[in-house]
Amino acid sequence: MQETSLHRLSRRDVFKWFAAAAVAMSAEEGVFAVGSGVPNPAGRGYGTDPDLTRDYKPGDIWPLTFDAPQRAAAAVLCDLIFPEDHLGPSASSLGVPAFIDEWISAPYPVQSADRPVVVEGLVWLDAEAGRRFKRGFAALDEDQRRAICDDICDLAKASPEHKKAARFFSKFRSLCAGGYFSTPPGWKAIGYVGNTPSATFDGPPPEALKKVGVEQTVG
Amino acid sequence: MAIITPSKTQPAYDVIIVGSGAGGGQAAYTLTLAGMKCVMLEAGRNYEPARETPMFQRPDQAPLRGLTTPEKPFGFYDSTIDGGWEVPGEPYTQASDKREEQFHWWRPRMLGGRTNHWGRISLRNGPYDFKPRSRDGLGFDWPIAYEDVDPYYTRVEQLIGVFGTNSGMENTPDSPEGVLMPPPKGRIAELLAQKFGRKMGVPFMPIHRAVLTRQQDWQGLPAKLHPDNPRAQRIVQEAMRARAACFWATDCGRGCSIGANYQSTTVHLPPALATGDLDILPNAHAREVLVNAEGKAVGVLYIDKATGKEMRVLGRAVILAASSGETVRILLNSNGGKGVANSSGLVGKYIMDTVGTSVAGQIPQLEDCPPHNEDGAGGAHFYAPWWGYKDQAAGQLDFPRGYHIETGGSRRMPSGANPVPEDFTRGLYGTRLKEAARRYYGSFVSYSCRGEMIPNEGSFCELDPALKDKWGIPVLRWHWKWSEHELRQVAHARKTFIELIQSMGGSMRSPESNNPLEYIEAGGKIIHEVGGAIMGADPKHSVCNQWNQTWDVKNLFLCDGSSFASNADKNPTLTIMALAWRAGDHLVEQAKKGNL
Ligand SMILES: Cc1cc2nc3c(=O)[nH]c(=O)nc-3n(C[C@H](O)[C@H](O)[C@H](O)COP(=O)(O)OP(=O)(O)OC[C@H]3O[C@@H](n4cnc5c(N)ncnc54)[C@H](O)[C@@H]3O)c2cc1C
Ligand code: SF4
Repeated sequence: MQETSLHRLSRRDVFKWFAAAAVAMSAEEGVFAVGSGVPNPAGRGYGTDPDLTRDYKPGDIWPLTFDAPQRAAAAVLCDLIFPEDHLGPSASSLGVPAFIDEWISAPYPVQSADRPVVVEGLVWLDAEAGRRFKRGFAALDEDQRRAICDDICDLAKASPEHKKAARFFSKFRSLCAGGYFSTPPGWKAIGYVGNTPSATFDGPPPEALKKVGVEQTVG
Repeated sequence: MAIITPSKTQPAYDVIIVGSGAGGGQAAYTLTLAGMKCVMLEAGRNYEPARETPMFQRPDQAPLRGLTTPEKPFGFYDSTIDGGWEVPGEPYTQASDKREEQFHWWRPRMLGGRTNHWGRISLRNGPYDFKPRSRDGLGFDWPIAYEDVDPYYTRVEQLIGVFGTNSGMENTPDSPEGVLMPPPKGRIAELLAQKFGRKMGVPFMPIHRAVLTRQQDWQGLPAKLHPDNPRAQRIVQEAMRARAACFWATDCGRGCSIGANYQSTTVHLPPALATGDLDILPNAHAREVLVNAEGKAVGVLYIDKATGKEMRVLGRAVILAASSGETVRILLNSNGGKGVANSSGLVGKYIMDTVGTSVAGQIPQLEDCPPHNEDGAGGAHFYAPWWGYKDQAAGQLDFPRGYHIETGGSRRMPSGANPVPEDFTRGLYGTRLKEAARRYYGSFVSYSCRGEMIPNEGSFCELDPALKDKWGIPVLRWHWKWSEHELRQVAHARKTFIELIQSMGGSMRSPESNNPLEYIEAGGKIIHEVGGAIMGADPKHSVCNQWNQTWDVKNLFLCDGSSFASNADKNPTLTIMALAWRAGDHLVEQAKKGNL
């Protein structure tokens, strides 16, 4: 982790961009504009010949972005989206917030495009929590968090002033799902079984064949 | 002999081989087992699959959960090194800025080339595929027939190990009894495609892939491959024993540390090195074939990438197998830029790729399937060979030639990408989101067309008049054109796939389009680049003869896909290897007779 990195955006900076963007927004477009100029990170990528057998952690190759409040808001939102339940542990216990931070900090085009969406979205969440409940998002109770998320979790149904926030939510949920389901507990949650050697390959079991209505045709 | 640096090269070799992929690997194998002293120049670095392959590494151990970036365009764990759609410092250019007139050139820079990460799909060309012009008047016939290549297909299948079944279908050759390994069981989505495909007359069945579904017959095969050559038998026996059978986990695209699938680095090069007759020179970028006043190849000029210096290596014959595009580039750059083996003017002409298009769908029948392991053989188990010859003969199709369908299982290891599309989880978060993901995971399918492209005058490459790479070598400029044949073919494929998905009660997930130019994959994107130095029956209309030997320079052979006179729907690599083996045998014979 690189707490003091130059690449880390200060919260105030983000508010400044956010304010600038807000001026430019159209009423119909909601409370913040996506792609409003959060600067891209200057870090290097991993190159074209990285060691593929090493165990990598977010922050190992390029510096991360989130400051403490953003990290807190991201963790809380991740766990609202993927809580601990009968299908598995919470997203934050699987390192998903750090993955999202790694993602938006990466020096590649796709990830760079997601960067302002996520950073400004997290800032918006805190600001909205402040407007509604006079506290930061991470300090809200579950019902209060839900009250905000219910307004932005469905892009098609979100009101015009929540469209941008809904776009952020959708991006964040998608990153969260990618981060969550690519871990062993996430595999279990979604129903992936594998990545273990075996002497034979027996194909789908009878209950799966029956469910789908097919028969094994290879002897 | 072994992996060496330039200072360790011998004063002269019997044969210089440029490139270490399917073609170069096969050539080195054939020649060294026959006792010829060879040196192999490889532009990339040395690569050791046993040590470097990330077999069980998980996405959460990789940067960005292993997802693709411009530096690792097929994902972090894909085995490609120092390449992809771009190679740093080695650009190429396009003659046109229109998408449909561009060629995308995939190049790795590593020992073994693309064979470390290819899909291992290993299909024989059929009898029609060598005589296409005789059948429909388009493109070119090869100067060889299926019967000439058949024995070499068998040998390659036995050497590398290929699973599959004999289908008995038209122009989809069977292998001799006992040659193919048993195919793996069908996976749920493959069996479903088979069931519904059958109703439409589309025959899904086990594909042929170079994966060992059991230990190779190391006691029996070497004698079949190398009768009368006890040394070769002994060496190949050892090499086969060193390869394990597939253990039904891990994606073959990462490579295989246990040697259970074919890569040049685990199958061709170990026995070739074990002969003691092969020197491999990594980081050696071939620039020109050196030709003497009599028009014979005498060596290769290359860049030692460690020092950036130009070096020479000398030999009695030269084999280029640097991948079709790069082989063409070396030919054009040779002789101080005047080119060699090009009296026909055809070097660089008739570049072909495979015709590709895909349709994705979602199948309710596959929802909520009981979890089970579908890793299987690390790639496709089923495909549908081209089934339309009868309809074509009856005049019922508006395009010539055919395509096969590739499809895969759908309960794959989730990588870092969201496994459940947004429209299936609208409005959800919390436990309900997890439940939805669990329900829909594994219900997404896709079908890909892999079809024959007919060579045309508008698809070629040449030297760029201005641009040079970082070594100062002129780069290639590409021209591309699809004809109505390919466009009609993808339209047919798309219609078929949509019908198949609908017949299963599923919904199409690819964008709507009525314009084939929008959904045909761009040139090069299927990474089956062949042509550029086609073989033929006479020196005016071709670059090589039937032995992959250039007409103009008798001791220069082209052993990659550059010699292909057509590009059947069958993926090219098995044919590249079969022809490289055949060319190698011919070279050995001619050398013995003193004809080179
Ligand atoms: C993702 C993927 C999937 C594929 N799947 C299949 C499949 O399922 N079935 C199939 O049949 N085919 C498949 N292919 C295609 C297959 O990989 C190629 O047809 C095959 O590898 C070609 O062999 P080659 O020897 O011609 O070239 P390559 O394997 O590319 O080897 C060429 C080598 O030459 C080296 N080289 C290049 N230029 C120079 C130079 N100037 N000097 C020295 N060395 C040089 C390169 O670094 C490389 O190592 C796939 C390809 C890709 C990328
Ligand atoms: S699936 Fe089998 S052949 Fe493929 S990489 Fe894994 S062990 Fe090797």
